[in-house]
Amino acid sequence: MSNPVEFSGELIGWHDPDENRQWVRENKPRQLVDKRTQVADAIRKYVPDGSLIAMGGFGHIRIPMALIYELVRQRKRDLTVIGKTAVHDIDILIGGGCVSRVEVAYAFGHELRGLSPCGRRAVESGQVKVTGEISNAGFQWRFLAAAMGVPFMPVRSMLGTDTLQHSSARVIEDPWSGKPICLVPACYPDVALFHVHRCDQYGNAQIDGIMVEDFELARAARRLIITTEEIVDHEEIQRQPWRTVIPFYLVDAVIEVPFGAHPTEMPVTYYFDEEHIAHWLEVSKTSQGTSKYFEEYVFSVPDFDAYLEKVGGLRRLTHLKQVMKLQPDLPSSRDGAS
Amino acid sequence: MTDEPRYNLTELLACVAASLLENGCSVFVGTGLPLVAGMLAQRTHAPGLLIIFEAGGIGPQVPALPISVGDSRTYYKASAASSMHDVMSASQAGYVDYGFLGGAAMDCYGNVNTTVIGDWNHPKARLPGSGGANDVGSFCWRTIYLMRQQSPRTFVKKLDFVTTPGYLTGPGARERAGLPAGNGPYRVITQLGVYGFDPASKRLQLLVLHPGVTVQQVQDASEFEILIPDKIGLSPEPTVEQVRILREIDPRGLVIGK
Repeated sequence: MSNPVEFSGELIGWHDPDENRQWVRENKPRQLVDKRTQVADAIRKYVPDGSLIAMGGFGHIRIPMALIYELVRQRKRDLTVIGKTAVHDIDILIGGGCVSRVEVAYAFGHELRGLSPCGRRAVESGQVKVTGEISNAGFQWRFLAAAMGVPFMPVRSMLGTDTLQHSSARVIEDPWSGKPICLVPACYPDVALFHVHRCDQYGNAQIDGIMVEDFELARAARRLIITTEEIVDHEEIQRQPWRTVIPFYLVDAVIEVPFGAHPTEMPVTYYFDEEHIAHWLEVSKTSQGTSKYFEEYVFSVPDFDAYLEKVGGLRRLTHLKQVMKLQPDLPSSRDGAS
Repeated sequence: MTDEPRYNLTELLACVAASLLENGCSVFVGTGLPLVAGMLAQRTHAPGLLIIFEAGGIGPQVPALPISVGDSRTYYKASAASSMHDVMSASQAGYVDYGFLGGAAMDCYGNVNTTVIGDWNHPKARLPGSGGANDVGSFCWRTIYLMRQQSPRTFVKKLDFVTTPGYLTGPGARERAGLPAGNGPYRVITQLGVYGFDPASKRLQLLVLHPGVTVQQVQDASEFEILIPDKIGLSPEPTVEQVRILREIDPRGLVIGK
């Protein structure tokens, strides 16, 4: 089969599989090491300007916001962001001036809450460049290929569309069926940021609720920074090892940050802070409003704890926990964990 | 007479959409109106409807309208809280009957744009992109579109960007491109009526008009020619019970208030 399609998407995050194996061999310790650190130190150490970064969670769900705000606070620049349904996180990073490029499955929108004023302004003015398009499953399977250490994954979507033409995928003939098949290249983000429900000091992490893409993303990224609602003893992990979704050897840094996903939702623990999200969507309509937001919630506070005080402290956070619990019969976060 | 109308347009569309979903089928839904329609079907004629969310919720009894396709409510009383890899693989493997999508613009073959308005390199307006839509439109056996605003600007001769595949350039084009065989757009629901696709040409064809709408209005609200068959149906008006359930599903009117 001839290949009539000219693909224009830029290939980002790709490594030769042997080169990545070698990198893993030299850079990822296999022994249990205490990886506890601070948010500021982890961001300083693992996210240099120009990095390719991805965030765990999805949309406004389980987004590592303490790490996101810290990227803004440290005025990181020239980041390339993986828009794998990146919503609030990428919006804050674009508003904070940290982002120069995005590969887009879904970005610049807030699902039911509408389009993103800040993200759209940045793309339409050329401040942020879209490196290429892809679908959600396409991105997911770029991570799967990387997690498996294979160069690509065959996929039966995107075929025949402009999404494919503007992607970094290729089309070949399946040697068995003879049909055209789309190959998405492995994607190894330089660093992935996660917020989880619980984790031990070595990085063994548990997540309640849906995994979305995190199983594969955690195994694809070269560096992993994990913030957690609580750090638990290693013995608690050992008691139910089948609940570990991210094993320690993938993880580079562990930081305990209660409410570390605010204002996004932490499944079965606390709900969205709809008022704060609405506030951001309102003020980010102008660049002046955006700057003022960051002055108030990032630059004028030393850390995430101080931010939490600013958004309403214990009273507000307790309320968000209650909103989650007010829905009767939602599973409790410790179901099966005791 | 100043009586409030008994239902609004969005409620009509939700009822029409819900009626397409059969009990015992599986449906991949996004947030907004598609989900409202799925929830309505589940609470009326299709209690066994298997609702699947792209972020991993499988078979929930959705208690209240989720704001995101990853919201905890998408796996409330569910059979599984899984992952995107899992549900996308299941749909690629043929387990998902219906996909429910919205779109910014569509052409006569049911191809859809949700990526850019204008030139991709210098967009007049940047939209969010495919998200899971391209995958849903590629993998699900039958894709249903809900587009609230049919006009010559949304039913267009040529799309600025084909984000999600319809029948591409016509009969056989999907299979030639390598997409799973036998899939494609099934119905398009707009504020004016319900459309299908002519089996021979794979072009958009009027099936049903909503109450009070004429064929002329349908044609005027499209840049391309819509095929008009001899027999055209009429959408039933929402029942009192359907409207009551819709307002229970979305008490704040986030979707049906629009």
